[in-house]
Amino acid sequence: MSLAEISTEQDAYNFAYLDEQTKRMIRRAILKGIAIPGYQVPFAAREMPMPYGWGTGGVQVTASILGPDDTLKVIDQGSDDTTNAVAIRNFFAVTSGVEMTMKTSEASVIQTRHRIPEEELTEDQTLIYQVPIPEPLRFLEPRETETRKMHALSEYGLMHVKLYEDIATHGHIATTYAYPVMVEGRYVMDPSPTPKFDNPKMHKNRALQLFGAGREKRIYALPPFTDVVSLDFEDHPFQIQEWPDTCCAMCGAKDVYFDEVILDNEGSRMFVCSDSDYCETRQADGHYGEMHAEYKERIQ
Amino acid sequence: MSFQDVKPLLKVEELSHYYGQQLGCRDINFELYPGEVLAIVGESGSGKSTLLNCLSTQINPTMGKAYYRFADGRVENLYEMSEADQRTLLRTDWGFVHQHPRDGLRMGVSAGANVGERLMALGHRHYDNLRSTAIDWLSRVEIDADRVDDAPRTFSGGMQQRLQIARNLVTNPRLVFMDEPTGGLDVSVQARLLDLIRKLVSDLGLSIIIVTHDLAVARLLSHRIMVMKGGEVIEQGLTDQVLDDPHQAYTQLLVSSILQVGT
Ligand SMILES: Nc1ncnc2c1ncn2[C@@H]1O[C@H](COP(=O)(O)OP(=O)(O)OP(=O)(O)O)[C@@H](O)[C@H]1O
Ligand SMILES: [Mg+2]
Ligand SMILES: [Zn+2]
Repeated sequence: MSLAEISTEQDAYNFAYLDEQTKRMIRRAILKGIAIPGYQVPFAAREMPMPYGWGTGGVQVTASILGPDDTLKVIDQGSDDTTNAVAIRNFFAVTSGVEMTMKTSEASVIQTRHRIPEEELTEDQTLIYQVPIPEPLRFLEPRETETRKMHALSEYGLMHVKLYEDIATHGHIATTYAYPVMVEGRYVMDPSPTPKFDNPKMHKNRALQLFGAGREKRIYALPPFTDVVSLDFEDHPFQIQEWPDTCCAMCGAKDVYFDEVILDNEGSRMFVCSDSDYCETRQADGHYGEMHAEYKERIQ
Repeated sequence: MSFQDVKPLLKVEELSHYYGQQLGCRDINFELYPGEVLAIVGESGSGKSTLLNCLSTQINPTMGKAYYRFADGRVENLYEMSEADQRTLLRTDWGFVHQHPRDGLRMGVSAGANVGERLMALGHRHYDNLRSTAIDWLSRVEIDADRVDDAPRTFSGGMQQRLQIARNLVTNPRLVFMDEPTGGLDVSVQARLLDLIRKLVSDLGLSIIIVTHDLAVARLLSHRIMVMKGGEVIEQGLTDQVLDDPHQAYTQLLVSSILQVGT
């Protein structure tokens, strides 16, 4: 039951919290971002009733595109149950009353920090990223005037300086999160804080991908089927994280992004899917990993 | 615009720059020929850096023109080029060596990354090749190959300046600007750097415009000299001629003061 149904008072909040004028302003920034894939559009970010680290940029984007008929999913580190995800889901439950889901396939809008769902997205879905640091050049060039110029002129030598330095220091490209990508051969974009494992999923994705940075007041976008290429060297090609010979202890999945779970003080551990919905869906479909009760039963 | 038989690399006409009301430099005219080293000397505040920054398109001058002859023979007024083309020119066909290494180096990344940056900007994408090119250039500026992965902040002042030079020369520029490159260095370190610059000029056929207030540096390095005072060029000519037989009273004063210090 939503707030509107149980109360006779006028709504305390506008639908999805933000007033309509602010939403229009943010939608304009989003449209601009879609028109220029990978370009960071400045926007007048609002104060939200939560701290910056909680994804206020993503929340504002979600609030601006959400309609009453949408179904929303919120994930943090691949899971729908973490504090951050629960807080944001509650926020939208109270302020918008839209339907909530944990199932990737049922969601029309997915707000995420960190992960892209393992299940392939469709053209009917929008994926919204909470971004802490949108500027990929910041690491080597602190001057905002200069980084803007570099983007304007597509001067991206510095990005490879960063990767070069990685190899010089570690012997390989050690960047695993916020791994820089080239969008449509024009703008370098920071997919932060998404793990590089998910970079290939951004490439030519069917869903609309929107990125919101609250503190830095930037919005950027990848329209469906956009070219997204991870930067690398010819002799050090881009590689995603790998867990050789590892299956999910609960659902038996391979080739997914794993979380390592410590089981006891002796250091026993297991690997499970970081995408909890993906894992549960597989279990419901009868796929079991070796730590699953059904699996153990079957063995006996 | 045609230069007929004699073909200067750079031809500067009636160049002036004001910072608001404040005069930076005024009515500068000169030509620079391929392989030539031009020294700009003068007291503090005389407009040397202003002129150098105008020539290297880091400042857009208030008035005047500077025609640059590209390697393919094309001649363009620098101030009519797009900013994108100016910036490309500055990091490929040109170099700029700053007085303070921190202005010309990326202190946070290794020497190898510093040398490789221009190549990466040009699209080089092979790590091992970049690194061996960097090592090659380090050795040409007398820095040991085993320092290639070290950060410039672990280098001495003289090494930092040599690294700055290597970082600029890696794209084989035709023209290098230098603003007091030996400024903060000890005399013996200075001498070694000057020797290196001289060697590179003759090996690579570089043209250099160097700003210095040290006439000894000008004497050692330059073919021609421009003396500035109050934003204007008051005397210019072949270095030996100007220094041995200065016409302007101010230049005479400069020369006599250096002689007193030197002997
Ligand atoms: N950014 C600026 N804004 C205003 N005035 C400036 C600026 N930079 C230089 N000037 C003025 O322009 C004149 C020329 O300065 P410039 O820095 O070119 O001299 P310089 O010959 O390089 O001196 P130095 O030997 O001390 O480096 C001086 O009067 C200086 O005060
Ligand atoms: Mg100066
Ligand atoms: Zn699983």
